[in-house]
Amino acid sequence: MTQSRPLLEVKSLSVTFPSEAGPVEAVRGLSYHVMPGEVMGIAGESGSGKSVSSLAVMGLLPRRARIAGSVRFEGEELLGRGDKDLSAIRGGKIAMIFQDPLSALTPVYTVGDQIAEAVQVHQTVSKQAAMDRAVELLNLAGIPNPRERARAFPHEFSGGMRQRAMIAMAIANNPKLIIADEPTTALDVTIQAQILDLLLKAKEATGAAIVMITHDLGVMAGFADRLTIMYAGKPLEAGAVDDLYYRPRMPYTIGLLGSIPRIDAAPGTPLTPIEGSPPSLTNLPPGCPFTPRCPMRVDLCRKVEPDLVRMNGSGEEHFAACHRSAEIEQKNLTGLDIFPAPADRTRDFSRVSDVPVLRITGLKKHYPMVRGAILHRRIGTIQAVDGIDLEIREGETLGLVGESGCGKTTTIMEILSLARPSSGAIEVLDRKTAGMTAQDRFQIRREISVVFQDPMASIDPRMPISDILAEPMLTHGVPADERARRIGELLKMVGLRPEHTSRYPQEFSGGQRQRICIARALALKPKLLVLDEPVSALDVSIRAGVLNLLEELKAELGLSYLFVAHDLSVVRHISDRVAVMYLGRIVETGEVNCVFNHPAHPYTQALLSAAPLPDPRKERARRRIILKGDLPSPANPPSGCRFRTRCQKFADELNDQQRQKCIDVDPVLCEHGNAGSDHRAACHYAEGGKLN
Amino acid sequence: MASLPSPIVESPVETTGNDSRFRLILRRFLRRRLAIAGLSVVLLLFAFAYIGPHFYKWRYDQIDFEAFLQHPSATHWFGTTQNGFDMLALTMRGMQKSLIIGLIGAVLSTGIAAVAGATAGYFAGWADRAIVALIDLILVLPGFLIIAILSPAFHGRTWLIFVVLLAAFQWMITARVIRSMTLSMKEREFVYAARFMGVPDWKIIFRHILPNMSSFLIIDATINVSSLILAEVGLSFFGFGVQPPDISLGTLIGDHWESAQTANGYQFYFPAILLVVLVLSVNLVGDGLRDALDPNAGTAAGKGAGSK
Repeated sequence: MTQSRPLLEVKSLSVTFPSEAGPVEAVRGLSYHVMPGEVMGIAGESGSGKSVSSLAVMGLLPRRARIAGSVRFEGEELLGRGDKDLSAIRGGKIAMIFQDPLSALTPVYTVGDQIAEAVQVHQTVSKQAAMDRAVELLNLAGIPNPRERARAFPHEFSGGMRQRAMIAMAIANNPKLIIADEPTTALDVTIQAQILDLLLKAKEATGAAIVMITHDLGVMAGFADRLTIMYAGKPLEAGAVDDLYYRPRMPYTIGLLGSIPRIDAAPGTPLTPIEGSPPSLTNLPPGCPFTPRCPMRVDLCRKVEPDLVRMNGSGEEHFAACHRSAEIEQKNLTGLDIFPAPADRTRDFSRVSDVPVLRITGLKKHYPMVRGAILHRRIGTIQAVDGIDLEIREGETLGLVGESGCGKTTTIMEILSLARPSSGAIEVLDRKTAGMTAQDRFQIRREISVVFQDPMASIDPRMPISDILAEPMLTHGVPADERARRIGELLKMVGLRPEHTSRYPQEFSGGQRQRICIARALALKPKLLVLDEPVSALDVSIRAGVLNLLEELKAELGLSYLFVAHDLSVVRHISDRVAVMYLGRIVETGEVNCVFNHPAHPYTQALLSAAPLPDPRKERARRRIILKGDLPSPANPPSGCRFRTRCQKFADELNDQQRQKCIDVDPVLCEHGNAGSDHRAACHYAEGGKLN
Repeated sequence: MASLPSPIVESPVETTGNDSRFRLILRRFLRRRLAIAGLSVVLLLFAFAYIGPHFYKWRYDQIDFEAFLQHPSATHWFGTTQNGFDMLALTMRGMQKSLIIGLIGAVLSTGIAAVAGATAGYFAGWADRAIVALIDLILVLPGFLIIAILSPAFHGRTWLIFVVLLAAFQWMITARVIRSMTLSMKEREFVYAARFMGVPDWKIIFRHILPNMSSFLIIDATINVSSLILAEVGLSFFGFGVQPPDISLGTLIGDHWESAQTANGYQFYFPAILLVVLVLSVNLVGDGLRDALDPNAGTAAGKGAGSK
């Protein structure tokens, strides 16, 4: 950074949208600058204004938005310029990468045409030259057979490949600045690692600066140079990543960092939740927007909104907007000083009994692929789940991890529908589902309940809370007075006010709705709760509260959990045992510490190394295993070991003879490590490789 | 069981309850001047048809032997027919029938569509195939002709049979839409949640799936009212619909259309203009409801031009 002039300079940017309920102040005075070649991060929860601010920079906001402030790119003011002017800069000097690569590509043109078009818009080259450039860019973006793939349509690409194509398009004109808006949020961890790697490569190839927008502080830690934390449309803290992660001076930042489960933390390390939820952006009260959730609030916070102030003790460009940041700095307060740590919940394994609540043996679920409207010809089989064994004992949490498409959802749908599986057996409380009558099945439904990922979609929006919670009891014939009593009890149990029974789901925030879902799942006092990604749709600051609640409930009620997630750090935090799934099979299973500390299967190793850590120094020091390619189609899995096509071990370490075994022989789960432990891995060359 | 110490007691953040959802819809509706005008006219016409006769001195079946074929006057506001019936009384009576046919028919048709569409979408398999086949079959049948052919069969019987027949040829398109909405809604997590609780399928359809389409159903039923009134008028005009002694706007127009070109045109124009006004206002109400209930549907009146 020898140049002193910033590439992009945003000064007191504010964006307001008119709405039915009054003006929505989406961004309220955001200032930042980006130097050439640097990565500037903007982090914040949903509704914090991070995406809106970048759209404002690009001039992509709808016309009804009122924008004020100044956005200077290479010294020139961008705000107030016409669309035509901006179009010359957009895609040329400034490129943008969006979150959802499916909707960012036009479905009716080939990927190559779209990239070539981006080239031709800004450069006067022939069509053929543009196409050649497109192929070259796709190659740079790591797409195999680029010449052939350039003729493919977006729907023929996987999510990761589409994002690669987007990056190829973004760097087509050697931009000075790339704005990446949640570029990896929709992707799996292993693909996320690939894309982040590619972004850094693209940055090196073009020398562009990057504005990285994400809610994931783990991704940010290893990626950004400087960071701005936004909340309710305002920057609350800004500075170099090291300052922000190691010396945060604003309670919100401190709380966020304390509320993220870390993959390198021992299980059971308490998370410190931030109470409440982000404010609505209409009619914001005066004062600091974080006040209602801040444990350090004083009267001043309610009256005067603090400005960003330079922190003296740390790096020279470290700013925080808090009335008490000087105090935090002076006393060097940390998360545990500010946020009350929840009660110590050391794991009590003695609670885990030997009685299995759920046992799955050799479960297979194959879907036929058919073609033809009248004569259904079977042209193949999708092996969604292909022979898995699972066991959950009473009082135990089993974490089921895997990327999307690995068969997690199929597995839990099979369990929950209690149907006769096409192959294998599901036993709930020692009763096989295959032999059940409809009546048995209905009875056993009391014992298993489910909490889904999206709390907005999993409760009927047209019912008041009392009806929602009463539904399972009504179905199972609980008498009316008992129901009424139980509803109050359930609400109290999940930390909501019992007076709220007549309210509707829309009145609650995401975290609160997830609590309602949990309350509903507990209504019939089940033995087993199936948790399908219960926190991944929630904002970071709210996750910790829900995770803590789940742990408390388990300890109090002696529940068993089947916890399905793709987020390894969350799984590590909450599980007793873990099972890693890949392409319809379980590749590694065992006690959570064994698996996470000594992963034996190369896939587990790759997953762990791809999971981001909210710790900049560790992130930079880590050796990442970046898996190649995408998940193979479950309709046509590779012979032998299913993972071999992407296996780093297969590619780099094994000799031909050893490889032949991987190709020919399907590995089975076998015991690994200490005799007697139930740590098992399905790899011919499993090892106790240690990572992190 | 002892309840846990509540870790975080949160109170709702927003105050947008169902009550205020209703108010929001009302506000959106009230903003559409045309919809308000339409609604007022519809209500006025209802009052005209049902309350009007109580305040008017002539009854529809009363003959004034002193006034045959009289032009509108102070005694007979809309004039009289050849046989001395009061035209205003007849129009009010006819409007009653047309309105009630439109309403019952619309509710019936949307009801059939909701049940058939949701059943097809929810159960899939053979139920779906059977219902879709039935829909396709009825769609290719000429409804107008079939009702016309069947009309002798309900001569002298209640006009309700006619309403049922009208509805039977009206529900198919709506049913298809509801079927596809159900297909996506049954994948929603709250439906899964209910299924895994053990809630019976029929209950899921009526408690969870159909109520969540209520906006669509309300809009559809409103728009159906006008198309059913038109269908009724069309059939009755040719004598295949409402049969004497019942009177509807259709029979009135059918009886008097020949006078339209003559000096006695009032016999035709009063019922005909009222029919046009009625159908137009019902449609305006339907449009307004759609804008209010489903603002993203994007009607011609949508003004957020720059929005994504």
